[in-house]
Amino acid sequence: MSRVFGLLLFACACSPGAPASTPEVASAAAPKSEPSTESVDLHGEWRRWAETRELRAEALARLESLPRFGFGRRATAEEISAIDIDVMPDGTGLPEGRGTVERGRALYKNQCVQCHGADGRGADYDALAGEGAYTVGNFWPYATILYDYIYRAMPQAVPGSLPPDDVYSLTAFVLHLNELLPADGALDRESLPRIEMPARDGFIYDDRAGGSELK
Amino acid sequence: MSEVSKKRRALLAGMAGGLGAIGAGDSRPLAPDDPTKLQGPPPTEVGERSPFERPRRTVMKNEPASSSRTPLQDLTGIITPSDLHFERHHAGVPRIDPERYTLLIHGLVERPTIFTLADLKRFPSVSRLYFLECSGNGGEALRDPKGDLTPQEIDGLTSVSEWTGVPLALLFREVGALPDARWFLAEGSDAAVMTRSVPMGKAWDDAMIAYAQNGEALRPETGYPARLLLPGWEGNANVKWIRRLELAERPFFTREETAKYTDPLPGGKTRMFSFEMDAKSIITFPAYPTKLASRGHWEVTGIAWSGRGRITRVELSVDGGRSFTDAELQEPVLPKCHTRFRKLWNWQGEPATLVSRATDETGYVQPTREDFLAVRGADTRYHFNHLRAWKVRGDGSVEFALV
Repeated sequence: MSRVFGLLLFACACSPGAPASTPEVASAAAPKSEPSTESVDLHGEWRRWAETRELRAEALARLESLPRFGFGRRATAEEISAIDIDVMPDGTGLPEGRGTVERGRALYKNQCVQCHGADGRGADYDALAGEGAYTVGNFWPYATILYDYIYRAMPQAVPGSLPPDDVYSLTAFVLHLNELLPADGALDRESLPRIEMPARDGFIYDDRAGGSELK
Repeated sequence: MSEVSKKRRALLAGMAGGLGAIGAGDSRPLAPDDPTKLQGPPPTEVGERSPFERPRRTVMKNEPASSSRTPLQDLTGIITPSDLHFERHHAGVPRIDPERYTLLIHGLVERPTIFTLADLKRFPSVSRLYFLECSGNGGEALRDPKGDLTPQEIDGLTSVSEWTGVPLALLFREVGALPDARWFLAEGSDAAVMTRSVPMGKAWDDAMIAYAQNGEALRPETGYPARLLLPGWEGNANVKWIRRLELAERPFFTREETAKYTDPLPGGKTRMFSFEMDAKSIITFPAYPTKLASRGHWEVTGIAWSGRGRITRVELSVDGGRSFTDAELQEPVLPKCHTRFRKLWNWQGEPATLVSRATDETGYVQPTREDFLAVRGADTRYHFNHLRAWKVRGDGSVEFALV
């Protein structure tokens, strides 16, 4: 989802004229700070791959003798939006819609419990909550990832079939299972990115670089 | 009908019967006593392996199965036959009509563009040999190092192909990638709609959109009709069935690069975007279930590879890693590709523990299990490149071991 759209969306969400959150949206996990990806910094060896100026210049120099071919055709805005389904940590890409923990509980029972177990404790597939490692509550850095993944790949039998309200509801219920949203909680595209995940600062970028240092 | 024709028909019928029985029991395919006395079958449109050779991927037993492994012990040289390339899918193998296939490139570009497969094939192409390895390769052998593991079961999630495609740098130049773009999202068109964020530097370096493998179209299970190829980087990021690339300033932090494919470290932090595959090697002969038939000369051989470039050295030990001597590296030694190594061993019936140790062009040396676990911790989930060993007993039997 394009960054420009995201900035506009964010401007709306933060503007003084924006409607206040409903009481049920305001939750135990109320925002403590601006949602941001800045906590994951580019550092160390990562400059080699993500600071692209030099690599870009080298590549363009390498390709200099080739013409611009003009193959392919211009994509229309409609064609892009038809498959541009990703959601970023700042909420860029989230659609209109709203879901509740309560509705999510019912949907979970029908669509998810077989693989993820009662209360998300895991069954044939991953645990989403509970005491084990790698749950949403103790390992996932951004709540938006839930929306993105549920919408794109779940439920397994009919992936990509859930409308936004259902995806918001399931996201809300899974966050509730992880004690990140109260039982009467709700989510929409403004509140979801503000959920502060316990594992948000739990990651570092790859710091391996080969050579004699074992990492 | 002549006697010879009758005999030939009877034999062919018998062979057909024999071939049909291969999968069912122990019966071997039929073969004439003297092949010089019988005309062979005519040419065919598509060749098949000798009925005496049955290399097979092992399909992992989890339900539903999501991976299969290359029979490393059955292969020579460095190329993996396409039908034995390992598999790892997150939602099965999609069927995609190449005439309806498109790749969208958008985001921080001057010209958001849709390419058909024909468009992609019209660009100047490159062909390169690269390994592709699942970053989970070797994990089960570390967690549960049973003696009766084969090279396939230990490390069969790596394969080498000659990949042909269009350099991503060329496509990104074509669409006018903006200087602000530092990452791109790669998205597949399987039912997982697999997504990974990739730093733009890899695109400007050696990434490609590959549409061919070992001289023909990609196999469905390796991404037909087109996939992202990131030489030397963990398999998962090489998104198959690629349908969309979105250029952005930042990573997208998808489920597959946060909840999965990240490496918890001692001390509590978790390493993310650990793309490069560390140098690694495994002896593929002798290995379980081989039993050395007699004393004397045997060629110890295997493969070594590094996601950071060329293998510069492979050392072999027969004493469990106390001492090493250099193995011979078989040319060609290519960057980000398996390198075949070999060394003649005169075995006189003594118990031995064979270990291989790879070094790559950055000077990185494949670590012992102890050193590996010291830096990665016991909870590490991917990138298992510690040393592998094989114990040879006095009777010639061979067992997997870790040292």
